Amino acid sequence: MTATLPVTRASALDALEALESEAIHVFREVAGEFDRPVILFSGGKDSTVLVHLAVKAFAPAPVPFPLLHVDTGHNYPEVIDFRDRLVERLGLRLVVAHVQDWIDDGRLTERPDGTRNPLQTVPLLDTINEHRFDAVFGGGRRDEERARAKERIMSLRDAFGRWDPRKQRPELWNLYNGRHAPGEHVRVFPISNWTELDVWRYIKREGIELPSIYFAHEREVFRRDGMWLAEGPWGGPRGGEELVRKSVRYRTVGDGSCTGAIESTATTLDEVIAEVMASRLTERGATRADDRLSEAAMEDRKREGYF
Amino acid sequence: MSEDLTAARDLLRFATAGSVDDGKSTLVGRLLYDTKSVLADQIEAVQRASVDKGLATPDLSLLVDGLRAEREQGITIDVAYRYFGTPKREFVLADTPGHVQYTRNTVTGASTAELAVLLVDARNGVVEQTRRHAAVLALLRVPRLVLAINKIDLVDFDEGVVRAIEKDFDELARSLGFAADAVVTIPVSALDGDNVVERSARTPWYEGPTLLGHLESVPVTGPEVDAPFRMPVQYVIRPRTADRPDLHDYRGYAGQVAAGTVAPGDEVVVLPSGVRTTVAAVETADGPLASATAGRSVTVLLTDDIDISRGDVLASAAEPPRVTDELDATLCWLAEKPLRPGARLLLKHGTRTTQVIVGAVGERLSLDSEVPTWDQAPEELGINDIAHASLRTADPLPVDAYADIRATGSFLLIDPPTGGTLAAGLVGTPLAVAG
Repeated sequence: MTATLPVTRASALDALEALESEAIHVFREVAGEFDRPVILFSGGKDSTVLVHLAVKAFAPAPVPFPLLHVDTGHNYPEVIDFRDRLVERLGLRLVVAHVQDWIDDGRLTERPDGTRNPLQTVPLLDTINEHRFDAVFGGGRRDEERARAKERIMSLRDAFGRWDPRKQRPELWNLYNGRHAPGEHVRVFPISNWTELDVWRYIKREGIELPSIYFAHEREVFRRDGMWLAEGPWGGPRGGEELVRKSVRYRTVGDGSCTGAIESTATTLDEVIAEVMASRLTERGATRADDRLSEAAMEDRKREGYF
Repeated sequence: MSEDLTAARDLLRFATAGSVDDGKSTLVGRLLYDTKSVLADQIEAVQRASVDKGLATPDLSLLVDGLRAEREQGITIDVAYRYFGTPKREFVLADTPGHVQYTRNTVTGASTAELAVLLVDARNGVVEQTRRHAAVLALLRVPRLVLAINKIDLVDFDEGVVRAIEKDFDELARSLGFAADAVVTIPVSALDGDNVVERSARTPWYEGPTLLGHLESVPVTGPEVDAPFRMPVQYVIRPRTADRPDLHDYRGYAGQVAAGTVAPGDEVVVLPSGVRTTVAAVETADGPLASATAGRSVTVLLTDDIDISRGDVLASAAEPPRVTDELDATLCWLAEKPLRPGARLLLKHGTRTTQVIVGAVGERLSLDSEVPTWDQAPEELGINDIAHASLRTADPLPVDAYADIRATGSFLLIDPPTGGTLAAGLVGTPLAVAG
């Protein structure tokens, strides 16, 4: 028992408390109704918040499901180090699907542009099938992108992992219908109703540790498609692209080939939050080449079974 | 930046309803735009798309149309969720489309809303679609309504026009059971921004709040807070890990308080078994609480060691819900597949799913006339029908009338072979209009 701790206040919920309670409710519904849930974990801020919420949902018992990292191989060492320390500290089980394995045995082919972001879908679906995961938690938020604005908190995927927006179930009150046939699975988004700012405010309020690349640091970067990319195994800089040293930070963590850094001097959470509040660009518009492909880029990837 | 970055603000969940022609997408776009919730790359995307379509001015509705099929057909298929905030409050907006499957979408959006904004065109006033939406909002017991009379620029900001529509709508709202102080009328021009975020100089006769001003100041606590305590048990937390022998006997009942307040020392009853016990502690991962109110996810510890599992409900021992396997309910039928009397389905109530047989289908709600009425029982229910029905469940359920407590008065009907959600169910007859 934790009876020695001070009694905290019990007034009506503020916005962050309401969002936290909603997310915890979703985690517990899934734990109660599914056999083999898993949390998709990239080491990014949203999936780190997810893990924090899962810990709170089941405390003082351990989180009753593992984490799954789809590893493109195009990583930032700081993020992999952060991932391994988090898993160790919380005593969680981690499943890693290496995209490289799929390339090595010919199930996937490297793209000419070097990006591996779209290549994650097949390893993700193969791993879901192999482990017979029936509920897959993701850190997707409805404020990120307009195809996601219509996503359910509990979203059914067919045996091919596909999302059919016309076949989504209406979601009423807080009664989630997660029934699915064998081979189908459900994607679950506990922080659907959070905004980017909510995530940052919650990280600050809860004192959640993040990978260091979210804070301003000196890095060698080059300019491509209007974004600052780091040097790495994904290729670059190429002819005409010049490496320069800049103070940057990342707003999202994705495949290194298509995730850009922003110029920033924000080294503390307060400075990051102030920067997010003043930003005139969405996090995906600013730093994700994968979402700039077309007007319906996210919708198309979701239909194929992407996160 | 002077704002305290982690300062507590509360959250208002609201829904918008109205047909596309009433300018709802423009109103939502205006709210997002004027609260600076739309960022430069989103506006640029809309401008690019508008130019591609050969439009002279940016079409703000493109901000809210999410899917390719919607953009191509110029329609909205599904409820979309929008987020914006001001220094006073955060907002979750369920944007429900007007034309296609309005019942399904309005029911979905209204089910989590503490307030609904209903739009009418000032030139047309209260029309059939307004009456239909208002009836569904009344049925779902959305606590507060805003009637936004839009396009007042097209009626020369005429007070007489606005007052006449307000009077018509007030009559309708009264007939649907809304209290006088639950409805606020606001004249707006979504296109020009009058009275949406900025007060209009063109409506000097209007003394009420702007739409945003009202959304920022309306109380957010729903009726659930003052109701008797209810909490469906989601999960039993039993640590039993080798490294924490002190937790070996820990048995916590995890759930979200659905109604009322729970505190240590409260006498509660476990349903459907009817065993009474006392609350020993109310905890979260952050420590014990002096009490917890509706909406908070907690873990409840009890003084007695009793057999409780997922699906059971903890409730106030003084004011418990009724435990029954026979339900008189109102169904909102949401599926293409029709309902025929005698159907064997699944019913999800709180955290319990049980089998159910639909007995008789009763009167169907007719929204075709001036005032909603309950018409004679149909042979079967089709999509978007709302009707009374009597149900028999395999397991007894602890239920309240939906009109009293939404959380324990609501349920889903599920199709066993496909798992699809067929209907939203409300215990009792929450919409009491002339039969």
